[in-house]
Order: sequence, then structure tokens, then C-alpha cells
Amino acid sequence: MAPVLEVSGLTTVFHTRRGLVQAVQDVSFSVEAGETLAIVGESGCGKTITALSLMRLIPQPPGEIVSGSVKLDGTDLLRLSEPEMRKMRGGKIAMIFQEPMTALNPLMTIGKQITEMVMLHDGLPKAAARTRAVEMLYHVRIPEPERRAKEYPHQMSGGMRQRAMIAMALACKPKVLVADEPTTALDVTIQAQILDLIGDLQREFGTAVVLITHDLGVVAETAQRVVVMYAGRKVEEASVEDLFANPLHPYPRGLLGSIPRVGSARGLDVSPDERLREISGMVPALNDLPPGCAFAPRCTQADDKCRSQIPPFELKQPNHFAACWQA
Amino acid sequence: MLSYLIRRLLLMVVTLFGVSVAIFLLLRIVPGNIADILFDSAGLIDPAEKQKIVADLGLDLPLPLQYWQWLNGLLHGDLGFSYVSEKPVIDEILPRIPITARLAALAMIFAVCAGVPLGVISAVRQNTKLDYALRVLSLSGLSMPSFWLGLLILMACVRWFGTIPIYDRAPETFWAWLAMLAIPAASVGFRSSALIMRLTRSSMLEVLRQDFVRTAKSKGLSDTAVTYDHALRNAVLPVITTIGVETAFLFGGLIVTETVFNIPGVARFLVEAIRWRDYPMVQNLVMFIAVVVVSVNLIVDLLYMLVDPRIRYSE
Repeated sequence: MAPVLEVSGLTTVFHTRRGLVQAVQDVSFSVEAGETLAIVGESGCGKTITALSLMRLIPQPPGEIVSGSVKLDGTDLLRLSEPEMRKMRGGKIAMIFQEPMTALNPLMTIGKQITEMVMLHDGLPKAAARTRAVEMLYHVRIPEPERRAKEYPHQMSGGMRQRAMIAMALACKPKVLVADEPTTALDVTIQAQILDLIGDLQREFGTAVVLITHDLGVVAETAQRVVVMYAGRKVEEASVEDLFANPLHPYPRGLLGSIPRVGSARGLDVSPDERLREISGMVPALNDLPPGCAFAPRCTQADDKCRSQIPPFELKQPNHFAACWQA
Repeated sequence: MLSYLIRRLLLMVVTLFGVSVAIFLLLRIVPGNIADILFDSAGLIDPAEKQKIVADLGLDLPLPLQYWQWLNGLLHGDLGFSYVSEKPVIDEILPRIPITARLAALAMIFAVCAGVPLGVISAVRQNTKLDYALRVLSLSGLSMPSFWLGLLILMACVRWFGTIPIYDRAPETFWAWLAMLAIPAASVGFRSSALIMRLTRSSMLEVLRQDFVRTAKSKGLSDTAVTYDHALRNAVLPVITTIGVETAFLFGGLIVTETVFNIPGVARFLVEAIRWRDYPMVQNLVMFIAVVVVSVNLIVDLLYMLVDPRIRYSE
């Protein structure tokens, strides 16, 4: 099956006073219909900028997408004019954001915010668009959707708002849904509900999902494939099973080592091996990257080659890619 | 909602009471009364006559009693008589109110209609030459006293057009009113428009950075829809509040502008009344202005509730 979304060589930079910041460098991935691809990494690794680049929502200036292509059903979004891109946004590729508290307009009812978009993309008259909005609210399992559609965001809980956000994003049945940390701001119990909901709707509509997260637990539950990013670059790409069973790059290996496991530390007699491992050091500043592998300063296995040459991103095992001299 | 309204109305009464005490005392602190003025400068009367005037007007009574007499009259709708014209105060004030009201409304409309759009443009085009030009304009608007601006406009009109509409009798049609009051209204409203422009700009810049604006863009809305439907509605909230505050400032500007452009409104009349220490006139005029300012502020707050659902439902 041909991928719905095909990103290749995406490079986004920011022109700042302290020089050029390479937020995303040469990132490529593809997603098929109905598939979930997770992009994982810690804060500042470029995953959100990647997501915004897909939508072409990078503030310009200071941001600039300098090269690469983002093909949606064969159309390169980066080559479209702004009016053409507007038809894509919300219509073919939609996004949900991290903060349901602030991502909705406080002065507009939920119904109106969805209706507005349906009218724009599907050209429906107001009444029909409104019906669609209520339907979507029903789809995301908001009780009493007719009444809720008339409410303002502040009258809803965080989980409810994120549901409304999802209803809005999926209202025009987009091919691709970009979800930027959709559950980070929510309670753990609500997180699972929201993830289930995204999964169910994805199956129903056949939407391809690009899930941006720092939470490996979320990845394990929802994604089929994972891209791990570090300092703006892709460092590993594999199926979820392969990555969790056999991480090749030391960075995801470190990430997996830092997940607490139930039962691993009972009481006070914690043995040294059972303690949570952390990755020492800090993420390097993106305007001052080391000459070699960006992870080398924090890597226990780094040698001179790692410190001087950037490792190529290559196939290491069947369907398992990594950028590491040691793997 | 109803309890809020009642609370606000009670607060209004307290405010107005405070204003009445303040203006009453301030007027008594200002040296001289009408008898002194007639006696000193004009030499119109002799000391015996002066004593008689003082006694006739009740100016020799204890202050609390004088205050009570005024307030009691006010509560019963009796504003008293002007010392100067000896006509009922109400008859002097009433015909002048529509003139000032028109001028003030026009000035405020000018301020909002110029200030809000220019502020939006300034924010959307942040750090462009247009933005710099508008910011200089708004800064000059805030720095320039309105009497000086009025004089400049007057001089410029006379220099280039040879004349300027002068108020000699009340215009009859709407358009005649507009032609007569447009220039004075613009010169009073300029200061407010500058303030509103700056406020709209900063408020807009703040709102444009917010997440929901990005959401609106991610829905594929055009820049115009994002700016006006989503961002501006949020950005005007603080501007609405300012309109209430600016109404009070507006009266300051009106006094000067009515004088400069020779418009027989309430504000200029007030200055005249102060000059003659025409106590009933000044007190009642100030009370009238206070009622207007307080009412406008109440209306603005109610309007705010109408625009912002978060406030409407918070009770």
C-alpha cells in the first residue's frame, strides 16, 4: 500500500539573533492509511517543529523550511501556494495540540468552532455543518452533544475539551491527523480514554496518525512504528516491537532504561541495578551542536569517530534503521 | 446576574455621594464667592449690598446645612437657581446637553473607529515601516494636549481653507451637525484613539501568540478570518474597558475644545460657571458629568459580560 504521507529530507531552521538554529534536519518518514507513527524524543528535539512543518504552521520569520518534501497523496505540501495549503489544512491534514485548555477560542462555542471549519472545507450550508458538528461531538463520546455544542470551552473539563479538539480535527475526515502530545496535559485516567478514542476513530475513518510524544508508554499502546529524534535528527526508526525489544541507538536504549517498572523497587532496599537509570548530561543547544554525533557527549560508548563524524542513518537490521557508529 | 446589577447600582450611589461631597467641599475651598467677585473686580456693589447677597444666597449658613440644602433639592429634582443668570439651573443645562452629547459621542466613535483598526494593522504588520509610523502617530496623540491640537487644526483650516465651520446657531440636519462637529470631535477623540490604538496593538500581539490562534490557522481559515473572527474578538476585551475610563478623560478634553471651537456645550459652560463661583451651576453640572461617567462605566461592564462568556457564567 502506498503511504498517505511521505516526508523526505525535511529541514527546518530558525533565524535567531544567536545564529541559525537547526530545529529539524533531514527528517524522513512515511505513514500509511490507518497506521500510527510515533515520533519520540525529549523536549527540544524537534518533534513539535516537525509536526508544525507538516502543517506549514512554522512562524515565518523567524522559522523557515529550507528543504525537503511533505507529500500528501502525492501532492507536495511545501510546493503549494498559501491559499492551496489552506484548503489542505483542516481538510486533508489536521492537527490536535497539547494544551486543550488554551487551544480552543474562549469566546466561541465549541459547535461554532467545528461548524466554521466544516462550512469552509466541505462547503456545507450552516445548518448541515452544525448537524455534522453535533455528530462529531457524538462520535468523540461527548454526552448530550446538542447541548455541549452550545457551550464555551471554559464550561468543559480538560478531557472534554481534548475530545472536542479531536472532533474538530476529524470533522472533515482528513487523511492525516497530526497529534502533538495530545494527552500530556491530561490526567492519567483521561489519557487512556483519549488514546483509545483516537485509535477507534482512526480505524473508523482510516486516518493516518502522526503521534508526537515523549511518553514511551503511549507509544507502546498506540503506535505501529516509531521514529526517535534527538537534537533535530532522526536517530532510530523501527516497528514498536523491534524498538522496545532491541533498541540499537544508545539514546532510545537510555530512554527505555529510564521507564519505571511496577515491582522493580519495593520498599527501601533498592539494589543499584534496580534503580532507575537516567541519561546523564543535557541536550545540546541546537545552535551549537557538536561536530560529530549529537548524542556523543552523553553517550557511554562514544569514541573519537562518534565525536568527529555524524553517523549516517542506515539500515542496521531488517526494517530497523539507526544513526549510530556503534550499532 | 441580577445580584451583580443591584450591587453595581448600589456602588454607583456610593460613588455619586462621594463625588457630591468632593465637589461641594472643593468649591468652598476655592477662594472667593460670587459676592467677592462682584465686589472686588467689578466694583458693582458696596459692602452692605455684598452682605445682603451673601445672606440671600445662604452663603453664610454652616457648610453642612448648605450641603444638605443642595442635596435635598437634588433628590427632589430641584437644582436651584443660577447665581449669575438667576434662571433655574435645569433650564440652563438642559439645552446644552445634546450639543455636548453629540460632540462626545462623535469623539468616542472617532476614537474607536480609528484606534481599533489602526491598532490591528499595527499588530499584524509588527515591526514594519507602517507599524513604526502608526506608533509614532499614537505616541504623538498621547503626548499632545488637545487644546494645542485644537488650535493647530483651527490655524491650519483658516490658513488653507480660509475658514472653518463656526457655531453660530444650532445646525438643523444630521449632516450639518456632522460637518459642524467633525473637526472638534476629531481633535478631542485623537487622544483616546491614540490610547485605543496602542492598547489594541499590544492586546492583539498577545492574542496572536496564543494557542487558539494557531488552532484557527490549523483549521485552514484565511488570515483575515483568523485575525478578525478569532484574534480581534479576544483582543478588544481590554479595549472595551478603556472606553469606560476614557469617557472621564473625554470631558477634560471637551472643556478645552468647546472653548477653542466656540461650541455652546455643557463643558465650556462649566468653566464659565466656575469663574463666577456659580455654586449651584458647578455642583449640578459636575454631578451630571459624574452620572454620565459612572453610567457609561456600568454599560461598559455589562457589555464586557456580553462579549466574554467566561464572565457571564462565573456566578
